[in-house]
This record gives sequence, C-alpha cells and structure tokens, in this order.
Amino acid sequence: MTGAHPLRAKRRRSALRTAAFLSPWLIGFAVFFLYPLLSTLYFSFTRYDGFRQPAFNGLDNWSYVFTDYPLFWPAMRNTLWLVLVMVTCRVAFGLGIGLLITKIKTGTGIFRTLFYLPYLAPPVAATLAFVFLLNPGTGPANTLLDAVGLPTPGWFTDADWSKPALTALALWGVGDLMVIFMAALLDVPKEQYEAAELDGAGAWARFRHITLPNISPIIMFAVVTGVIQAMQYYAQPLVAGKVAAGVIGGSGQQFEPGYPDKSTLTLPQLVYNLGFQRFDYGTACVVALVLFALSMAFTALLMRRRGGLIGAGE
Amino acid sequence: MSGAHTGRRSSKAVLHWVGVHSLGVAAALFFVLPFVFLLLTSLMGDRQALTRDLWPDTWEWGNYAKVWHTPGFLTWWRNTLLYAGLGTLLTVVSSVPVAYALAKFRFRGRRLALLLVIAMMMLPPQVVVIPMYLFWAKQLDLSGTLWPLIVPMAFGDAFSIFLLRQFLLTIPDEYLDAARVDGCGEVRTLLRVVLPMARPGIAAVALFQFFCAWNDYFGPQIYASDNPAAWTLSYGLESFKGAHHTNWNLTMAATVLVMAPVIVLFFFAQKAFVEGVTLTGVKG
Repeated sequence: MTGAHPLRAKRRRSALRTAAFLSPWLIGFAVFFLYPLLSTLYFSFTRYDGFRQPAFNGLDNWSYVFTDYPLFWPAMRNTLWLVLVMVTCRVAFGLGIGLLITKIKTGTGIFRTLFYLPYLAPPVAATLAFVFLLNPGTGPANTLLDAVGLPTPGWFTDADWSKPALTALALWGVGDLMVIFMAALLDVPKEQYEAAELDGAGAWARFRHITLPNISPIIMFAVVTGVIQAMQYYAQPLVAGKVAAGVIGGSGQQFEPGYPDKSTLTLPQLVYNLGFQRFDYGTACVVALVLFALSMAFTALLMRRRGGLIGAGE
Repeated sequence: MSGAHTGRRSSKAVLHWVGVHSLGVAAALFFVLPFVFLLLTSLMGDRQALTRDLWPDTWEWGNYAKVWHTPGFLTWWRNTLLYAGLGTLLTVVSSVPVAYALAKFRFRGRRLALLLVIAMMMLPPQVVVIPMYLFWAKQLDLSGTLWPLIVPMAFGDAFSIFLLRQFLLTIPDEYLDAARVDGCGEVRTLLRVVLPMARPGIAAVALFQFFCAWNDYFGPQIYASDNPAAWTLSYGLESFKGAHHTNWNLTMAATVLVMAPVIVLFFFAQKAFVEGVTLTGVKG
C-alpha cells in the first residue's frame, strides 16, 4: 500500500532521466526535422519568393511540376537511371571486390587499403579528378583506351556517356561496400562450404546456394542504402556538369543545369535550381516532397525486411 | 598415388593463388591509377597539363606553393577545420547520451524514437533546406557565416546516434548493473563505465562526422556561397577550378591538397574506420 507511491515517484524519475538523456535529439528533431518538414508541406501550396508573404495557391505548384516544368521528368528519369544502373553496378562490384579480398592471401592489408582509399576522397575533389581523367581531348583515360584500340567516348561531355562516367566514379568509391561484404562473407559458417564440397558442389553452386543466402540481408542493406544515396546524389553530378561545361564555379554565373543536355540533372539539383536560383520556393518544396516520399518509401522497405534489418526491431 | 593426388591439388592451389592475385592487381590498378594521374598532372607545367602527356617533362613542385598562396585558400582551410572540428566535437557530445538512452534504457516509445532517428538519417537534406534556409537567413540573418552549418551539430546527428547505439548494444548490461549496484547514477555510469568501453565506437563516429563536414558541399553552397570568406575547401575547390580555368595542373594540385588530410587521417585511424563501416551494415 505504501509501496505504490515510491514506485510511481521512481517511475517519474526514470522518465525524467530518459527525457534528459534524449533532450539534444528531441530538440534537434523538432527544430531540424519536424518544423521544416511541415513548413515544406505548407510552402508547397503557396506562391512564395522569400520576400512577400506566402500566398496560398492550392495545387498550382504541384500541377506545374508534374505537367509543365521542363526539368522535372528528365531529373526523375536520371534519378531512376542512377537508382537502377548505378546501384546495381555498385552492389555487384562491391560484392566482387569483397569476394576477391577474402580470397587474397598475400598482402591483404595493402590491397584492402588501396581498394578502400578512394571511398574517402572528398566528392568534389574526386569529381574534379574524374572530369579531368575522362576529359576527351587530353585525359589519361582516353589516352590509355586509344593506346589499346578501344573507343574513346566523350564521357562527361556526351549525354549518352555522362551517367556511365558518374557510375565509374561511384565504382571507384566502392570501399564502404567492400568492407561490409567482406565482414559478411567471413561470417558465413565454414562447415557449410565443407559439407557442400563433400557433396561435390562446384564453386558456382557453393556461391549460389551457400554464400548468397547467407549474405542476402547485407545485399538488401547495400541495395536500399544505395538507392537512398542515389536519390540524394548531388555534389558529383552538379560539379561534373558545371566543370565539363566550363562554367565558373561559385556564386553568380547562371548555368543550364544538367550539362550535357540535362543528362546529369537529379532531383536534389531541382530543389536548388527552383529555390535558390529562381526564388520559387513553393515549387521547390513540391520537388522536395517528391524526394521525401521516395526516400521514406525505401526506408520503410529497409526496416521491414526480416523484422528490422538494421536493428529497429528488438 | 596419394603423392600424385596432393601434387595435383597443390598445382591447382598455385594456379588459384596466381589467378586471385592477378585479379587483385588488376583491381588495384583501377583504384590507384586515378591517384597516380592526379599526382603526375599536379606536377606538370601549365602547358604540358593541356596535352595528352602522362609523364611530367619537368617536375613543377612550385605548383603546390602557388595553390597554397592563392588568395582565400588558407581561409577555406580555417573554415573547414572549424566546421569539421567544432562540429564533430558537438556531435559527439550531443549524440552519446541519446545513443546510450536508446541502447540501454527501457522506456515507452523507445521503438518509435529509434524509427524516427532512422527516418532522420535517411532524409535527403534537400527536403528541409528551404525552411531551414529561410530560418537562418531571414529570421536570424546569419547567411554568409558558418553558424548555420555548425549549430545544428549540437543537437545530435541521426547517423551518429544510430551508429553509437549499434555499438553500445554490444556492451553487456552486467557492467552497467555492477556500476549501479556500486551506487553510480546514470551520468556517472555513462562517464565512468560506458565511455571508456565505447571508445572505438566514438572514434568511428567522430571520424565519419569529421569527413562528412570536410566533404560537405551542399551546406556551404546554401549558406556560405555569397560570402567567399565563409567558403570551405569543398566549396572553394570547385570555384578554384573556375578561376583557374585552363590550369588543370593547379586544379589537380589543389585537389591533392584537399584529399591529403583525409588520407593521412585514415592511416592513423584505419581500424576505427573499418569498424564503423562494418557496424552500419552487419551488426543489427
């Protein structure tokens, strides 16, 4: 009877303690997530240039984006191309390099470091380097391709090749996936391979029936996080387009986004273009919400698989 | 009989070794050659950098001095160090208690809180950038400064919280219980027991956060683009290319200088890096 009171006091103390520990994030969540997200939603139904008060205009911005804005569908198509092709290539290549590193027996540390380093290169620096390397006239890549008699595409200056060139850049930075796959591959129980070998299973059969099922959660993780990265792809395509077009960086000069021929345009670039170059914040918020819907859909997928792939479930 | 058998097996093993390692060398070339060409070009003369030559005629080490003394370059360094250094410190201090609570406290709404952390982690920065820009620039009049980049890092970073939480889950509860039995409050338990054990996880988070800020392009573009005195290396580098339009050698030297700290730090902290990357993907 007397025990009920101290218990409740104790419970209240522990709730306060929890709130205190969580407080930095609770504030951050409200100020840097919830408030701006709701504002984005509100602005998307208004005409707003940042100076005059936002004026409610219903679904005008939404219909403009989907039917009349000439850059939206190209950006959507490019984003989907990157999601499909770039992510597939990166996961396959990352898995390949991960497998290779587990098989390498001599100089493993050196190989691993070499494969990992490009992942750390700052995106703008890496992009600048790749635009130079793949420069059609003077770049070393085409010099080498020419020397062995292969075709020498225009890469970042050719609309058909600019996305493959961005994919090459993404493959160069595959070190994070290599590490994740390597750890997963080393976790596959050895006995399963030994048993399969006794049954006379070949290398491909072992890979197909033992390796793949064992690492499938990690493949799923790599695919979904890759998809989210692809939807956020910003600095690389923007800098590649600007530098290949020979546009002076920094503020000031306007630039036809997505050079060459809108081929490097992505959804995040539209938010910048609409909001900070055309000062059409309302329409920019529509694109931002499209991006939000896409990324949350993929996040939900990531968390549902196998009762919480990244540890959301207990 | 058995000798022939092992002989066949060992020659197969040798072939396997040779095959794997030649594939390894081929892959290594793909990863290393861009760095090599980058360095070689950064050491060419102005005119040679515009040709198809791969090897410098003369080694122009002075290119690096030229880049270093370009107006603004040192300011960009200072700004980047400030953003990355101060930001990392604030992130760690604000994220550790949150991650600790999410990993070790039992409370209602814990699962929801974790889901929201993950949602924040996956949110493209462009989704909220317009209200955030209006908030910092119009209401607080702080555009053209580093404040809008640094201050948010004092309120817990979702990725760091998630990564730390994953790490703290691996610390057995018995250690915490022992500390509590000894009369430690939660703050003391966190500081005295958990922090020393979580050092590798904290190192990984700090490194990721440092590089995230070091590499950030979007943030500085939004908040600092109209004031070159607030540019960071990542943002300045692109304009550097613009200002030195034809000088690929100088641009590549600047690129090397921006990449160098990242690579140097990696060699000092390889283990923490690899641990952090593994933690995001494998341990649930």
